[in-house]
Amino acid sequence: MGYEPAPDFGTPASTAKEQVTLTIDGRAVTVPAGTSVMRAAAEAGGSIPKLCATDNVKSFGSCRLCLVEIEGARGTPASCTTPVGEGMVVKTQTPRLEKLRKGVMELYISDHPLDCLTCSANGDCELQDQAAAVGLRDVRYGYENANHLAQPTDNSNPYFHYDPSKCIVCSRCVRACAEVQGTFALTIDGRGFASMVSAGQKEDDFLSSECVSCGACVQACPTATLQEKSVKEIGLPERAVVTTCAYCGVGCTFRAEMRGEQLVRMVPYKDGKANRGHSCVKGRFAYGYANHQDRITSPMIRDSIHDPWREVSWEEALGFAASKVQAIKAEHGAMALGGITSSRCTNEETFLVQKLIRSVFGANNVDTCARVCHSPTGYGLKTTFGTSAGTQDFDSVMQTDVALVIGANPTDGHPVFASRLKKRLREGAKLIVIDPRRIDLVRTPHVEASYHLPLQPGTNVAVLTAMAHVIVTEGLVDRAYIEERCEIDAYEDWARFVSDERHSPEVLEAVTRVPAADLREAARLYATGGNAAIYYGLGVTEHSQGSSTVMAIANLAMCTGNVGRPGVGVNPLRGQNNVQGACDMGSFPHELPGYRHLSDGETRALFEKDWGVSLDPNPGLRINNMLDAAVDGTFKAIYIQGEDILQSDPNTRHVADGLAAMDCVIVHDLFLNETANYAHVFLPGSTFLEKNGTFTNAERRIQPVRKVMEPANGMEDWQVTQSLANALGAEWSYTHPSEILDEIARLTGSFAGVSWDMLQKRGSVQWPVNEKYPDGSPVMHMNGFVRGKGLFVVTDYVPTDEKTGPRFPLLLTTGRILSQYNVGAQTRRTANTVWHPEDLLEMHPVDAENRGLKDGDWARLASRTGETTLRVTVTDRVAPGVVYTTFHHPATQANVVTTDYSDWATNCPEYKVTAVQVSPSNGPTDWQETYESWSEKSRRIAPEPMEPAE
Amino acid sequence: MKDTHAALVRMANQIARNFVAIGHDRAVLATADHIDSFWDPRMKAGIFAGDRSSLDPIAAAAIDHLQQHGDPGPQTRATEFAKKGDLHNSDAG
Ligand code: SF4
Ligand code: SF4
Ligand code: SF4
Ligand code: FES
Repeated sequence: MGYEPAPDFGTPASTAKEQVTLTIDGRAVTVPAGTSVMRAAAEAGGSIPKLCATDNVKSFGSCRLCLVEIEGARGTPASCTTPVGEGMVVKTQTPRLEKLRKGVMELYISDHPLDCLTCSANGDCELQDQAAAVGLRDVRYGYENANHLAQPTDNSNPYFHYDPSKCIVCSRCVRACAEVQGTFALTIDGRGFASMVSAGQKEDDFLSSECVSCGACVQACPTATLQEKSVKEIGLPERAVVTTCAYCGVGCTFRAEMRGEQLVRMVPYKDGKANRGHSCVKGRFAYGYANHQDRITSPMIRDSIHDPWREVSWEEALGFAASKVQAIKAEHGAMALGGITSSRCTNEETFLVQKLIRSVFGANNVDTCARVCHSPTGYGLKTTFGTSAGTQDFDSVMQTDVALVIGANPTDGHPVFASRLKKRLREGAKLIVIDPRRIDLVRTPHVEASYHLPLQPGTNVAVLTAMAHVIVTEGLVDRAYIEERCEIDAYEDWARFVSDERHSPEVLEAVTRVPAADLREAARLYATGGNAAIYYGLGVTEHSQGSSTVMAIANLAMCTGNVGRPGVGVNPLRGQNNVQGACDMGSFPHELPGYRHLSDGETRALFEKDWGVSLDPNPGLRINNMLDAAVDGTFKAIYIQGEDILQSDPNTRHVADGLAAMDCVIVHDLFLNETANYAHVFLPGSTFLEKNGTFTNAERRIQPVRKVMEPANGMEDWQVTQSLANALGAEWSYTHPSEILDEIARLTGSFAGVSWDMLQKRGSVQWPVNEKYPDGSPVMHMNGFVRGKGLFVVTDYVPTDEKTGPRFPLLLTTGRILSQYNVGAQTRRTANTVWHPEDLLEMHPVDAENRGLKDGDWARLASRTGETTLRVTVTDRVAPGVVYTTFHHPATQANVVTTDYSDWATNCPEYKVTAVQVSPSNGPTDWQETYESWSEKSRRIAPEPMEPAE
Repeated sequence: MKDTHAALVRMANQIARNFVAIGHDRAVLATADHIDSFWDPRMKAGIFAGDRSSLDPIAAAAIDHLQQHGDPGPQTRATEFAKKGDLHNSDAG
């Protein structure tokens, strides 16, 4: 599409069902009750001048530019604050209105610099547009009076500026920060003429204030006051392409606004069904990594990991990789080969990688980074409900009365969802937080959790079973629901189990450290507070009982009748953008796309026929088992797409040993990541801006990713995989990801109705999409569980083998923060580092004092597996006995200390519990230093060979 | 090899422990089924061949069962659903 700013209807849409008909400038218009006159006019194709109204926030009625005349009404009401009425007759253009508007506009302009021609918003400024719209030609008030023109610009935020001289004090920014983002960082300071927008306290600038750089205020600002710096640098966009964020599982859609081949800005797309026009700092601003100098764009090879890299042609690199893989296959068999798909890549790319491994390599040794995050969700939800996915769409939260957030930190991990949740909480919904740490949601402006249960890390199952105990023994279950919807025998078994006194909150308090009285109250609130929804994250899955915890969550939801309608449900918050999709696409070693086990002959036959190969019916190896097998000498070659297992997987040394033992490691990525230190072949990847395909977000929403620029490496990632397959003798000939999507739809029932064309028309769709649900499925299990009756599963609390003791008395748990993403490969290469230059160790004041540690001190963090150093931050967010850190920076090597304990059912690593000791230190450990120098050495790229002299 | 075997034993014991609550006999079959559904052949061969003295009783019985009788068939909903594979009606779950 060419460039047109996103349409703005002035006020938010009304969700009322009842319709109202009125007449605007002689035309009959029908809209839902509660719509403003301004929006009704805009929907009918007209436009009433406005300044203080924008459709992301509620109307405010301050600028008085949007006046209209209404038959029978006195005066000239503001159309943005006047709701439509049946039979209303509205005039939007009359001589009287024109005169009034001109007067208003004149006042605004008289205090505004008239440097339009040189202003970066020239051509994209509502003040300019509205001045033209009201026909303002000259201004009667001069600049000689008091004005704001000399105010200095605040450039502290790396991505946008605040130039108060251009501010018209419409407060759209203030309202956006409050209503849309829920941060309340901005206020209008002062009164009357002296009033101006201010971030935080007097001494604050944007960077030091509470601002989280979501960009909502920038989007709302009608002038160049708050504006992306990139607009000033590059110029106004000329075209816009709608695409999907490649960071987290919320899956926000954006308009990528382009000038030539340059991305000017990412503007949240108002019709995006996951984000409804909102965004966070990552998707909105942190895309600079795409052009970072570290990005590798030509293929490289080397014989040994001790050699420097050699840049070669695609043909040579692919030929080199293929000959290595073939030689290994000839000598050791297909079982020595495998690969890893990425939750960051598209569905089509992931599908191709597993197809390559199963049908060309000939092995089922394919796994995905979802192994280390949400594999227990797959196991747990499939066992209890019959589907490996969350039950709701994000909109559902607006009908929730009680939200239970466990093991998730939405304001950091899933910020745009967190903003929706906070909005609902401000409307009066109740909140229960179960987390070892006092996450921000527990208390933020205008939101306070009813209960925060600060459990001991590793005791999720005990806490949830204790909640079930309360619900069952106090008779709070929804018996009718259970009888109708669930297997009654299994329920009775389970109810007997949880009713046992040993599962009471009072008895379990000894292990969970959660005050029994709070736990009882929280359980009662969940069971009786109306629509109750559970949201959970990696604090649930990344435990030795991850799968059991997911099942315990499902049990709670079923026994209270909280599955199968809007407002309730069980909602895994997925970490990476395409975790759901990567799992759907057959990335696990035991199953084909659509979660169908390899032992099922019929499913195999379907794929064998389509692919023209025969498939091994046995499950393959999981990541950790591939590494074990490598050390044992039975696993030799791996193709890793878009994943840095050395940094993201537990027990770094174990990963390093496994990789070092392999003969052929092929890394396909944007950067020479940590894993690439052990690679023989490096295939450069493309960014989400450089390719077509689809991502599936945490609500099962399949959304298009659209190419806005040519791949810097010359190929989209699916093309690279196809070339590798063809170098190995396959004859794939996909010319566009839509053809891969067709293959997925053909082979996978839940995607049967999905096609590229359909997505172009519909924007997005939530699976299952098939004959039964042609329009997709926002809420699952509406008329009974997918697999018939819901199943209650007895979840016995089995303490982890990782125990504290005199040598390692503290429990380490890990997490992430807002501005950084996962291992940080992308966000560390953007200005987001101003918010998080290094990983810090959070420690309770008592524990810190016992060890003589102060804020900012270097500390040695040691576990049974290894040790690292990082700086300490002293805070009572964590309980005594618990320490916390993030893993965004390779220098920290937080996973040097994590163990290889894992979930019993899926081997999802137990990142969330490691027994550690912390002591003062002078700086980096030997391992960090040795690793640093080895890593530098292994990243060397040989200089171009000199042309031989004639 | 030794470390790998120890890892397999740990995995098997952990699976067994999480089924204890459903009673001994069902737990043996569920453990056997779980291992058969998710382990690669070399892992199964590894645990068959190695020392079983550190296996918990349920895990040991499960390994015996697997070796003598093979896959006991789906015992838990997770494996049952996956193994049934109703093709075109799949809910991807
Ligand atoms: S960027 Fe977001 S958080 Fe910061 S002031 Fe603007 S709306 Fe508020
Ligand atoms: S900064 Fe922009 S949005 Fe905020 S009050 Fe000023 S003009 Fe309005
Ligand atoms: S990182 Fe997540 S919340 Fe932020 S813009 Fe991207 S999808 Fe949205
Ligand atoms: S737009 Fe209605 S009063 Fe400002």
